[in-house]
Amino acid sequence: MKICVLVKQVPDAAVEKRVNESTGRLDRSGEKNLNPFDTHAIEAAMQVKEGGKADVEEIVAVTMGPDNAQRALHKAVSLGADRSIQLTDDALAGSDVCATGYALAKVLEAEAPDLVLLGQQSDDGECYTIGAVVADHLKMPSLTQVIKMDVGDGSLRCERQAEYGYDTVDIALPAVISVGDAINEPRYPSLKAIMGAKKKQLDRKAIADAGIEPDRVGAEGSRTSVEAINPPPPKQAGEIIEDEDTNETVEKIVAWLDERKLLA
Amino acid sequence: MSGILTYALHYGSEINKNSTGAISEAARLATEIGGEAHAVVVGEDVSDELCQSIGAYGASKVYRARAPEGLAQPVVDVMAKLISDRGYSYALFGGGLLGFEIGAGLTARLSAGVTMEVTDVKAVDGKLVAVRPILQDSSVVDSGYVGEPGIIIGRLNAFEADGSQDGGSTEVEDVEVELSEWSTKATMVARGEQRGADVNIEDADVLVAGGRGLGRADGFAELCEPLAEALGGAVAATRAVVDAGWYSYSAQIGQTGKTVAPKLYLAAGISGAIQHKVGMQGAENIVAINKDPNAPIFEFSDLGVVGDLNKIMPKLTEAVRARRGG
Repeated sequence: MKICVLVKQVPDAAVEKRVNESTGRLDRSGEKNLNPFDTHAIEAAMQVKEGGKADVEEIVAVTMGPDNAQRALHKAVSLGADRSIQLTDDALAGSDVCATGYALAKVLEAEAPDLVLLGQQSDDGECYTIGAVVADHLKMPSLTQVIKMDVGDGSLRCERQAEYGYDTVDIALPAVISVGDAINEPRYPSLKAIMGAKKKQLDRKAIADAGIEPDRVGAEGSRTSVEAINPPPPKQAGEIIEDEDTNETVEKIVAWLDERKLLA
Repeated sequence: MSGILTYALHYGSEINKNSTGAISEAARLATEIGGEAHAVVVGEDVSDELCQSIGAYGASKVYRARAPEGLAQPVVDVMAKLISDRGYSYALFGGGLLGFEIGAGLTARLSAGVTMEVTDVKAVDGKLVAVRPILQDSSVVDSGYVGEPGIIIGRLNAFEADGSQDGGSTEVEDVEVELSEWSTKATMVARGEQRGADVNIEDADVLVAGGRGLGRADGFAELCEPLAEALGGAVAATRAVVDAGWYSYSAQIGQTGKTVAPKLYLAAGISGAIQHKVGMQGAENIVAINKDPNAPIFEFSDLGVVGDLNKIMPKLTEAVRARRGG
């Protein structure tokens, strides 16, 4: 069995995220972290590998992103991926969900995985959607927000929370599964794994290498256009109390609640 | 025709509230761009009555297709065929998990533009523009579409349902769609399983909600329940802790849980992700206790307390008890 894990480099949570006013795109200059949701996908792949029910030959981390996105791949490899692929090309800049899903699917197609895993959302952008876009291109069944995954014979039994409670779904392989963060507690990479990550095979691909049609990607190939970027409607900032003396803090909270007649 | 096609999710004999909201929104927008709003219902055995009921929200036609329920990919097959054969300009979805999956599937199938977490849709010169907050709601993007169709996926509760239309003339048409091979590879084993005790949080005036910042399952019994009792309210939870098995599913607020609007919402150890925010932002007063001063919840709380909830909550419980004479 071959597992591909889609990963993404996102802005560090502690860094303020900005939109570049002139291009209408996310300013990615400060980004430097593997999307935290993706670490759960890698961990899920590792648990399939170590679980003994399927013979996993290889876990391949795949990303699309600018030059410096290699750092996300090094992190992915330090967490257990055997090798990685970076799709990187100036022609991809400005790709929307439709274009990104198509491009990633072309890379995956060449790998012919039995299972594609990804995090349920990225910290910065395309919430929830990439897994289902990629799956339709690959003609694979898919499920998103999976929080439990058991390997069966050529299939997976998955659980997830949907609109009306928990659903249990059997899904035949090959399949695309996006996992929720409740599925596992990702391990920490060992120092040895961190040191060794840069030595593992990393293939860089341009769009031509992946057979991607240039007119279907990038800003030109995208099917949505940013018409305007506005600040959010103003909301009065709330009061903030820093807890230094807890008795005093509690007094302030009670007074605040009292003022609003919430303790009647 | 500048028509808008929507998906109506149903469970038992009811149409989902976010779907009826999407249908009402589609009907309003269709009038502005000079078209009609139609809806799709997919299931094994959908009654005429259920289909007809959608008319009251403004759909002038309802398509009924026989296919497995509760899974996205069969619906993608049905909607893709209807959009291709009959030329809809837009597909609109209410907030929720299936809407995201179906919208994403259509994006790939039809090479269509998609916007998600949409909070508002505007009609401009006969075309639709989706309004979408990004980056933890720090900016709002107006997004247009290149070519047709455009896929619009709403944020939870973004669209208000208006069931006051006369749906008497709504046409119900059965459509037969051959499912893609891969759409038949997923099988629902059990749907809508409830986990944990059944609690009622929707009627409570006061909610004390616990998140991962509680640090442990016992945090609910030790910190949240006593404070909720002292305040005369109930306990709610975030998805993260429900999925982790710390608290009942029926107490869950947010994207796939419940939407509440109490007089007081006290969030303990909740970071305030968008998926949670959409379920509780209607609360009159929001108080947040969190040790991380950068937690997004402080951006929309009325009173934010930066500190250790293990220290603050027991003392607050005592003080509230003393004040309320309980």
